[in-house]
Amino acid sequence: MKGKTWIQAGWPPVSAVILLLLLWQLAVSGGWVEGWLLPSPIQIAREAWLALPRIGMHTVATLRITLLGFVLGAGIGIALACLLHLVPLLKAALYPLLIVSQNVPMIAVGPLLIIWFGFGILPKLILIVLVCFFPVCMSTLDGFARTDRTTYDYMRMLGAGKYQLFAKLELPYALPFVFSGLKISATYSVMGAVIAEWLGGSEGLGYYMNLQKSAYRADREFIAIVIIVALSVLFWRLIVWLEKRLIRWNVKR
Amino acid sequence: MSKLELEEIEIGFTGATQTVRVLDGVSLHVGEGEFVSLLGPSGSGKSTLFHIIGGLHEPGAGEVRLDGERINGRRGFVGYMPQQPALLPWRSVEANVLLALEITGPVTAKEKTLAREWLVKAGLGGFEREYPHTLSGGMQQRVSFVRALLGPHRLLCLDEPFGALDALTRQQMQSWLLDIWELSKRSVLLVTHSIDEALFMSDRIYVLSDKPAKVLREIAVPFSRPRREDVLSDPAFARLRSELYALLRKEELADASH
Repeated sequence: MKGKTWIQAGWPPVSAVILLLLLWQLAVSGGWVEGWLLPSPIQIAREAWLALPRIGMHTVATLRITLLGFVLGAGIGIALACLLHLVPLLKAALYPLLIVSQNVPMIAVGPLLIIWFGFGILPKLILIVLVCFFPVCMSTLDGFARTDRTTYDYMRMLGAGKYQLFAKLELPYALPFVFSGLKISATYSVMGAVIAEWLGGSEGLGYYMNLQKSAYRADREFIAIVIIVALSVLFWRLIVWLEKRLIRWNVKR
Repeated sequence: MSKLELEEIEIGFTGATQTVRVLDGVSLHVGEGEFVSLLGPSGSGKSTLFHIIGGLHEPGAGEVRLDGERINGRRGFVGYMPQQPALLPWRSVEANVLLALEITGPVTAKEKTLAREWLVKAGLGGFEREYPHTLSGGMQQRVSFVRALLGPHRLLCLDEPFGALDALTRQQMQSWLLDIWELSKRSVLLVTHSIDEALFMSDRIYVLSDKPAKVLREIAVPFSRPRREDVLSDPAFARLRSELYALLRKEELADASH
């Protein structure tokens, strides 16, 4: 038995969602819930169709800075992890600072960045990078620390130097851990972009949501939420696909 | 002159509450082209001894000499086959066996051809492009041995290489290893806790005591080369086995009474 087909595995949650949507629609059509407070699924779908071009434009804007921020953040995270691993003194000095940096709330940092860097793309990018680099950095450092002891000793006995050990053993060994961090970062990055736009943007889904909030258009806010969730999930799937391509040897036993 | 000479090696490890004396004056030697076994109970510090020979630790006292030259604490002088295959899972079998050569410098085309030849001799022909996770335990150990063989070192240290295998596979692997060894006759130091394995494979056996370890006895193994499996039914084999067993048993009981 290979396992369930997606129909067998999928029908319970799909049915639950359909049931939920039905109940929701009934609640609004039947008058128990006000349409302007909680729009029905049909209203949302209709509005989505009408607003498609506008929302599409904002989605593209959000997507752009998300991807840029994620790539930069992940890159910095990995580079920093490599540096801290190879220079233990730096690691001892900076590791506690890294932990502290993650406890500063994004919502507080955002306006500060805008004061320093203005309303352009830079503060938004910095915010996303701040959010993204930490999970990747930590997972990578963790991966380096978990190198298989036997293989490590073996290669040292062969006479391998520090950089040979790093390139040939520690780096490839840490890849699955890096990807764990990338997956977490991916979901954070979309949120980070939206919040950054919310705090001070002129385009993007976060800015769009702000507009609709002022206009009391809950239906459009819903559409934006659905798109944000879809983006996060897609992003996650992209990373998973990348992982499968790159790490064929990481067979779970 | 011996290939490898250990003189009065001592080492202790300091833990949180006490210092454990692991090796207490171990002396042994391995001649050129000789196959020597170290027989001792589990946990008697045999792996530590290898780590000292390999240069990972400096002994508290004593000297490690290779071809007469002192190599205490210096790495990269001996070939090693660890207890677990320790293959790099992201490399193919081919790429794995070349690892020892890579460390010392770029791998030449000639060395690559040599590697493939040895893989065929080792019965791994056709598996060059496979990844370690697709191989059985026994085959992974074979790759690990070929990797050790391909290294430039004339002394090989084998650390209980067949400990994780079942009895049948183990017997096959022992014969296989001897066959391959006959082709290149390096000096070999094998660590094992199987009396049969030590008797079947070696020219000489050192029996180690439990911690703090010393050499209890040195035994010359009288059987001719190349070894065939019928040596297992030789009466001399049984006699030596009883002798070694009695020795190890006495050691075990003496230790238990402390």
